[in-house]
Parts: sequence; structure tokens; C-alpha cells
Amino acid sequence: MATVKLTINDMEIEVERGTSILQAAQQLGIEVPHFCYHERLTVPANCRMCLVEVEGGPPKPAASCAMACGDGMVVKTDSPMVKKARKGVMEMLLINHPLDCPICDQGGECDLQDQAMGYGFDRSRFQENKRAVPNKELGPLIKTIMTRCINCTRCVRFAEEVAGTPVLGQLNRGEDAEIGTFIDQLVQTELSGNLIDICPVGALTSKPYAFKARPWELTKTESIDVHDAIGSNIRVDVKGREVLRILPRLHEDVNEEWISDRTRFAYDGLNDGRLDRPYVRDDKSGKLVEATWDQAFAKIAEKLDGLKGEEIAGLVGDLTEVESIVALKDLLEKFGSPNMDCRTDGARFDPSERAGYLFNSTIAGIDEADAILLIGTNPRHEATLVNARIRRAQFERRVKVGVIGEQADLAYKYEHLGDSTADLETFVKARSGFAKIFKDAEKPMIIVGSGVFEREDGEAIHFALQAAAEKLKVIKDDWNGFNILHRAASRVGALEVGFVPQAGGKDFNGILEGTRDGSIKALYMIGADEFDARSQIGNQAFVIYQGHHGDHAAARADVILPGCAYTEKDAIYINTEGRVQYAKRAASPPGDARTDWTILRALSEKLGQTLPYDSQMQLRNHIFETYPTFAVDDTPIKASWAKFGSKGAAGKQPFVNPVRNYYLTNAICRASATMQACSREFATQANEYLEAAE
Amino acid sequence: MKKPFELHADYQPESFEFTKANKKQVEKLIALYPKGKQQSAVMPLLDLAQRQVGEEGAKAEPAYGGWIPRAAMDHIAEVLDMPEIKVYEVATFYSMYNTAPVGKYLVQLCTTTPCWLCGSDDVVNACKDHLGIGLNETTKDGLFTLMEVECLGACVNAPMVQINDDYYEDLTSDSMKELLDVLAEGLKPKIGSQKGRKASMAITGPTSLEKEAKKAGIV
Repeated sequence: MATVKLTINDMEIEVERGTSILQAAQQLGIEVPHFCYHERLTVPANCRMCLVEVEGGPPKPAASCAMACGDGMVVKTDSPMVKKARKGVMEMLLINHPLDCPICDQGGECDLQDQAMGYGFDRSRFQENKRAVPNKELGPLIKTIMTRCINCTRCVRFAEEVAGTPVLGQLNRGEDAEIGTFIDQLVQTELSGNLIDICPVGALTSKPYAFKARPWELTKTESIDVHDAIGSNIRVDVKGREVLRILPRLHEDVNEEWISDRTRFAYDGLNDGRLDRPYVRDDKSGKLVEATWDQAFAKIAEKLDGLKGEEIAGLVGDLTEVESIVALKDLLEKFGSPNMDCRTDGARFDPSERAGYLFNSTIAGIDEADAILLIGTNPRHEATLVNARIRRAQFERRVKVGVIGEQADLAYKYEHLGDSTADLETFVKARSGFAKIFKDAEKPMIIVGSGVFEREDGEAIHFALQAAAEKLKVIKDDWNGFNILHRAASRVGALEVGFVPQAGGKDFNGILEGTRDGSIKALYMIGADEFDARSQIGNQAFVIYQGHHGDHAAARADVILPGCAYTEKDAIYINTEGRVQYAKRAASPPGDARTDWTILRALSEKLGQTLPYDSQMQLRNHIFETYPTFAVDDTPIKASWAKFGSKGAAGKQPFVNPVRNYYLTNAICRASATMQACSREFATQANEYLEAAE
Repeated sequence: MKKPFELHADYQPESFEFTKANKKQVEKLIALYPKGKQQSAVMPLLDLAQRQVGEEGAKAEPAYGGWIPRAAMDHIAEVLDMPEIKVYEVATFYSMYNTAPVGKYLVQLCTTTPCWLCGSDDVVNACKDHLGIGLNETTKDGLFTLMEVECLGACVNAPMVQINDDYYEDLTSDSMKELLDVLAEGLKPKIGSQKGRKASMAITGPTSLEKEAKKAGIV
């Protein structure tokens, strides 16, 4: 690509043609103040804060965010003219800004506050009345104080360009200009929390976090999110023991700098409904009573005594980290039990080949894809940031998208091609329309929702998809376009360590069946909350539940062992791409709760089957040695293409999207008052919309 | 300054449809722009909707003038396949689009510097006194709405007002009142200079380009 050379503040730099002066200055490490410019949004150049002097050009300051670098340009970012111009802009911005920093939640991390320190005047020359703007109702997540708004329009552009839900706009003009939503509609997007981050002032702030803390009082820990399977990089801000907010952390290949609303706002669920001490079900009364760890372990030892390996089973839920999965697997193996499964959504697919369950193209691969076929998935609800990437692929590169499965509002246009495996077969044979575009594409992508396997014929569907991927030529020398989009943070980790039925073992459905017919006598579950344990587990089975929330499964348990939530332990998670990431302990667990793998380690000793690791380091080394995919940190190891699935008759019934309520997909969300409020507000609105549409 | 746009006001009608004739016009207007860029037709369509409402209003009792109901904006958004908010943005930005009901005759009074220097205050006061209403108000019979606007570009013949589509220039307090009376009777007043000035040349006739003025038949 052609480059241009220019001089900024007597420093020479060579940049690609089309780079703006602001970007070039940033490359040199020169700070140029700005409000409206955001590197992931289009450039409106309306705040005028980034003015610089360009020698030889017109004798006036130029907006550096919107002016492209030219060959031989001489730019000054700190000349007297620039300073004067920026001071003027700052004075204009502050004319209508309320200066209520002491009661503003943005205080301490506010762009306007910071830049006013550099360019502000120490008093106001403005004698007239300041304007006031009515606040807007944006739902239970975003608090608005519109008088603070400086009309940078970042929120308008974000809603339109990234979230794909153009519901914000700038209304009226001149002094009356204001940001508004239409029909007073709530900002109904799963990415709305990011509006809070991109707002450079305190106009849009977090409602749940309102007046809770100042940024400098918080302890910040960089961690990994578990609310979906993409493993967003997050920062957990804690005051005392309490998680007060969760913010995104930059990771270009995963979440860029956005996170979904569930990731951001479900944290209040970490304080409610927690299991903070062991419980044991009393034999006589049949009620769960508080117990000590020793009593709980003794009960387990008593019940497991004399059971054969085949009579014991293990399940792990959606939020479980790799360490405890491995520990449970090792423990079950010591007992000689082949019955274990991580697919507690009831999915049936062949876990033997990595290519068969990974998001092989990688999430960043969406940026290269030139045709995308979604099968049985609503990525907007299953992996919001994957959806945002698809949306951007269409917004910026006009990539065509096809859908086989349920129709839903995905925030971009797509062609609906049917809803079952039969329609997939038709698509494979078709030669016109989207099928032609897809077959001609250089980097076609198939994204399969994990929900398609949640039925009797799951393995046959898996086989059919493998065949279709080959026929559609999505596997090339340097490109694997076959992707499974998982929803559970634990799933790929569990599959990578083989927490699936061993030779002769029962799978999830088989285990539940076994508890009902008596062939499974004891069941150990870690955080398996996503099925109705009370009705599906047989009455006679002895159930041990280890987890952090008193949700579905805990109610059925005979012994409850309190564990840690994701913010309370150092843990390894693997996202849907197979990317190994490390979550860090940010807060301490409540009461008597313990780090999950240590519970298993302690229990194993009581049961006389001591696990061979005494520290997390030893356990991790054991994992790295046993499972080679964990050796590389933060880089998905490519899976080689192979045959998978088992041949069979795939049913013709339509695919069903598994996420029915985006806001309540796991135990933490269900315990969160914020998520419950969102569920009420947004879900009702969506239902009304659907009813109206019918 | 025009009245603010209120989405849920009582006067907002439930629905809006273009008339048969206007539907054809809509198609013609959209065809002016390249395929896929149909959104560009938003401004002519808003104007068309406003004129349609104005035509209906002229026959109504009490009369009203052209304005764009929210239902019309939503309809236009649907026709042009664009988000509603984008239509609202355009409609609220330009002073030409009325987003709230106005009188049959919308008197837009220029009070920007040249008109003000030449006595626009007198013209404004004449309107207020004669009609008995203030700025941004409508007479009870629905005939007149007064609106203060910025420069309309006829400064040579200041002071001036725009009433619906026409300019009336070189006004005085008296000629303004007369103008309002003529309109109230339903007659058509003389458009342009009220002093007999031709186009925007000097009152005594052309001082330059005399031949050209004759050729054009202005003098």
C-alpha cells in the first residue's frame, strides 16, 4: 500500500495513505485531545477538539481526525494557534455543560474533565442561562443525564454501526440539538452497556453502578468472562468483597473493546442466592441442613462406600473451569466410572474430533469471511460479539449472510433458506442466489449453533453437517470455514479434556435415565444448573452438588458443597475457538465456600482416592502434560479436518434456537436483579412486538 | 424557531397514506436516485407529505397548513427502508419542515441583521397586533401562524417575510397589515416587493446591466 511521509512536531513519520493526522500523531505517541473521534466508529469531526495546525494549508486550524495525511505535510499539535483554538473549543463545550462533577459518576474517568484540566479556563465568561435537556428513558441499564451531553454523537454511531440497532439520533439543531431515541423506545440491544464506555462525559452512565464508588477506590483485576462461550476479556472492579462493575478489556481477536450486557451487568447476581456453607440432606426430615465440611464429606464417603464404578456418574455445568473438570474426571477415573458428560444441554454430537466442535475459523476469521451461513443459531443471543462481527462484515464489506433455522432479528439483513436439515441438503445442491455466492466465495463460513444437536438425531445431524461442509468446500488449504458456536464457557474446555462418556459410559441423557432406573446410584454435579434437576433426576440417586448458586440443581442435591464463582478463582477457560485464557481471582468467595478444585482434592483424600496434586501449579502442570492443547496460551491451536458424526437419518423437524431469554441463561443471571429487570422490560417488549407482528 | 417535535401529542394522527397521485410522485422521486440509495429521496418525500397535508388543510374547517405528522415520517421511513430516527433527524433539523400543526398561512418573519436594520421589528409588531397572537402561535380560525426565522436570503429587499411558498419584500408596518387582510379574505396578494421594486434592482430602475434587464423584459 502506498505510504506518505509527513512531519508532526518536527518528527518525521511514514504512514499508509488514508491515515488521519490524529492517527499518525498517536503512532508517534503524541496525544491529541478528542471527544467525537473513536477508532472503531466513523468520523464525524463535530467536536472540534482535535484541532491542529497544518503549515502551508489554509491559515486556520484543521480537525486532525478527519484530515488525511498528505505527502510533505508539516503539522504542529502544540503551537500557540493550536492551544488557543482548543481553549476556544473547550470554552464552548463548557458553556452548556453543568460542571456537576462532584455528583457525576463519570468523575475521575471523564474525558471532558481530563481535557478541561489541559485546555479549560479557570472561570466562565458566560453570563446567560445554561440550557437544560430532558433526560431520556433508556431502560434498566443506562442512566441518562442529557444536560451533560456534548453532542459528540458517539452513541448514535455506535448504535447504528456496531450494534446495528439505529434507535438513537440527533434531533433539532443549533442550541436545541439533543440526542434522542424514537418512540421513547428502550435501547434494545445486547450491546447497550458499551454506550456507557464510549460516552466521553457523564451523560450515559451505568444505572446499577450509580453512586456506588469512585474509580480510584476500586481494585481492578483483569479476567475472563463466562456468560457466553467467546471468553470476553474483562476487568473486574471490586470494592471490599463486592464486585461493583465489569468493564471490557481490549482483545482484538475476541471481543475487541466491547462486551455484551449480560457480561457487564449480571455481576449483582454474584452477591445474591449464593451457597456459602455446606448442606447435607437430613435422612429423617428430608430437608437440607447446614453442615460442616467434615460432615458433608463423611456423608459422601458413607454413600459412595461399596458402589461400583459404573454406578457413579459426573456432570459439569456451563460455568465450570478446566481445573475442576480435570479433577472430577481424575476422581471418577479412580473410581473406575466411565459415566461423565459436560453436555448438560442434552446435545448429542461426536466429540472425538476437535474440528467437529471448535469454532475453526476463529472469531477474527469473520473479518476475512466473504459469505456466511448460519445454521440453527441466533448469534445475537448466543454470542453477541460474534454477531457484532458479522454485522460489521456486512456493514463494511457487504458480506452476504444466509440463515437455515429459526428467523430472528439479527440486526442485519440475511436470506432465510429454510429451517431443517432437508433445507441444508437443498442448499448444498442449489446453484443460484445465495448458494451461488456461497460456493463462489473464497472464504465461506458455516456457523452452526450448538442448539442443533440438542435432539435425538444430534449425531446424525453432526454427520450431515460434516458432509455438507465438504460438499460446500468450506475447508481449504489455509481456511477452515466449519464452526460450532457454543454457548457455555466451560464446554470446549470440558471437551478438550475429554469429559465425555468413556468407553461403555453413559452420556448426559443416559445418566439421567440411569438415576431413574437405578443403574446410577450416585451423581456428582459441578454447577450443572441448566436442566430441571428435580424432575429429571431419579428419587433414589444420591446427588452431590458443587457450585456457587442455589439454583435448580442445588434444590435436588443431597449434599451441597459451596464453590466459587468465576470472579473468585484463578481458573483456565477455553472459548469456543479453543483459545486458552486465564481468569483471575478478583474477590473472595462468601462464607465457607472454597475454590472448586480444592474441594475435589480434599474430598478425594476422605474417599481414600487422593488426587496427585496439592497446589494449583501442580494441577496445571498435570493438565499441560496430559492435554497438549493447553500448552499454548491465548492462541487457538488449529484442528485438522476429519470425519466425525455418525451416519444416520437426520430428522426433518426444524431447528430451534436454544436461547429463549437472553438475560437469564445461567445461575448468576437468574440471581441478578438487574438481569431480572431487563428480562421483564425487554422480553415483554419483544413479546408485544411479536404479537403485533402476528 | 419552529415548535418542537412531540411524538405523542394529541394532534398526531394515527396513520398517514400518500394520495394516489402522490404515490406516483413518490416513485418518480425515488427513481431520481441510484438504486440502493433511495434514502436520498427523504427530503423531497417529506416535502411532498407536508404539501399533501397542506392541501387537505386548505379545505378543512378550521383550516390548517402543511405539516408532517409523525405517522407520515414513519411511513416515509418504511417506503425508503431507513430507520425512523433518521427521518426524524432530517425533519427536525430543517426549518422548512413543520413537525407540529401550523396555520393555513405560515408567516415566517425574518429578523436577521439586514431585515432588523431595515425595520423588521415594526413588521413583527404589526403582525402581532393585527392578528392578536405572539410568535409560534396560531390564530383561532386556523389561518395564520407566526414564526421567527433566520435569514432567507432576500436581504436586498429587507425587511421581508415568507408566507407559505412566496416571499413578500420591502415591507412596512402598514403594508404588512394589508397583506394579512388580503390573505384573510382568501385573495392572492402581489408577490415580491410591496413598494413596486422590480426584482432586486434599485427602486428607480436598473443602475447597471441596463441592456440585459431590458432584454430579460424586467424593465
